[in-house]
Amino acid sequence: MFESVEELIKAHRGIEREVYLDVENSSATPAEIVDEMIPYFTEKAYGNPTMTHKPGWMAYETIQKASEQVAGYVGATSVEEINFTPSETEANNLALIGTALANKKKGNRIVISEIEPLSIMFSSKMLEKYGFEVEKIPVDREGFVSLERLLSAVDKETVLVSIMLVNHEIGTVEPIREAVEIVKEKNPEILFHTDASDAYGRIPVNARELGVDLMTLSSYKILGPRGVGVLYVREGVNVERLLEGQIGTQKLWPGVENVPLIIGFLKASELAFRNFDENISQMKKLRARLMSGIPERISETVLNGPRGDERAPDNVNISFLHCEGEALTIELSLKGVYVSSGSACTRLILQPSQVLTAIGRKFEEAHGSILMKVTRYHTDDDIEYVLKVFPEAVKRLRAMSPIKGSVE
Amino acid sequence: MSRAPLPYSSKILELFRNPKNLGKMEDATVSAVAGSPACGDLIAFYLKISEDEVIEKASFESYGCAANIATASITTEMVKDKKLEEAWKISWKRVADEVGGLPTVKFHCGILSVGAIRRAIREFYKKKSKKPSWLHDELTFEEKHALEEEELARVLSKKLATVLSKKTGKE
Repeated sequence: MFESVEELIKAHRGIEREVYLDVENSSATPAEIVDEMIPYFTEKAYGNPTMTHKPGWMAYETIQKASEQVAGYVGATSVEEINFTPSETEANNLALIGTALANKKKGNRIVISEIEPLSIMFSSKMLEKYGFEVEKIPVDREGFVSLERLLSAVDKETVLVSIMLVNHEIGTVEPIREAVEIVKEKNPEILFHTDASDAYGRIPVNARELGVDLMTLSSYKILGPRGVGVLYVREGVNVERLLEGQIGTQKLWPGVENVPLIIGFLKASELAFRNFDENISQMKKLRARLMSGIPERISETVLNGPRGDERAPDNVNISFLHCEGEALTIELSLKGVYVSSGSACTRLILQPSQVLTAIGRKFEEAHGSILMKVTRYHTDDDIEYVLKVFPEAVKRLRAMSPIKGSVE
Repeated sequence: MSRAPLPYSSKILELFRNPKNLGKMEDATVSAVAGSPACGDLIAFYLKISEDEVIEKASFESYGCAANIATASITTEMVKDKKLEEAWKISWKRVADEVGGLPTVKFHCGILSVGAIRRAIREFYKKKSKKPSWLHDELTFEEKHALEEEELARVLSKKLATVLSKKTGKE
């Protein structure tokens, strides 16, 4: 099948412009970040931080400084609270399974929302296999978790609640501070985890102010390199390691620390927080252009998720009725616009995104969904190009369909 | 819910970009639909059949992924100028071969195409109140699969509607 991929790629020759809007699923690492990383592969701090020689001590110092900076960005009080992991996936598995195992004497109940990322969904499923009870809190039509349902779901057997700060698909900014308050008021023993991967670098994220005990960060979602994530663990919270091996500076994750990736994550964070307000207003402007420009040009669309400040500044998620999403991603790709879809056709089983069905979208609406995330590197011209090619793409696919709806 | 890599063949991409025999046929002798919008996988076939039971023209419409569009399009090419008996014998594996191979998770697209064509052929004979010796009452694998996919979509949609109505207390 490799030859066919070559052919697929060749079919993209001669496109006018390329606009990558799929930061949800991976991203390019900007040169200014890679440049910062390269010396850490070739000449700087390449030792093992637990070894007693200069390259080792340099690695130790680099990791400590990086942890300090990250701690500063997220309102942690000590470097001990910052744990580097290989990605958001590992951080979420560690947060769920590691915390549940370390605290199982306190109870066996876990509470999550219906719209968590798969690393939370599947690690809670694994906990169920080993005797934990998992309850999923429903969300409303814009994706906000029901605080009433959360309050009634937690009890004295609950050890952990995990609700993401910003939803990865529809951009809903969840009321985490209020959620933490009501949970802890009912039972102060309950630990609260939030996956802040889609919030970090987009809205202010401060673990202490939010009141959470554990918090996940991802590198590639802020345009850092893939292969590194963070789990913030508040001092005094017990988490069990999921993997065993040589432990160095990272008490919760064994193996030799990957200093170049940590540096890449750090640089990505610096860039996100330098000129933070400008970056955010640029993203919001581009997002607004897409969110208004698409329905102006294309009939029968539905916005998924909330509007305004309750939505992440980078997130656009729109369903195109009578248009299948996988075909649309390919059609757009052939025009140089790279996006993803919540359609079942991009998945292993015949069911669309669970986030979209949780907010009340019918299957046919979820199949026609397209997710886009803008970054500070996108320009007005990029977005105008997207707005130019989108209508033709949707039109061609709709014209093929036996269900025409009220489409022209 | 996880995703599968989809390295489509160049033939699938070509048929996706320039599908052959696309569009509704106004003077079709018979038509058939398989799949459902809830599956994100729906094919309609239109066949023009001559007096001596040869498919003179075939066309399709599709609401589905690139593999769905490509397999439907190639199926129309494969049945064209064939006697109904020959068209009936085309299996989903031959359709898959003809598009240069399908990724495993897309086998169902080929199966659905063949299921839909056979539905159209059955419909043709039903309308004529005729039953050739090669046409058996028992549904073939592809036809059963089409039914199962439709049933699954129906059940899941119903389940979803129930969940939603519980949540909002309406609908």
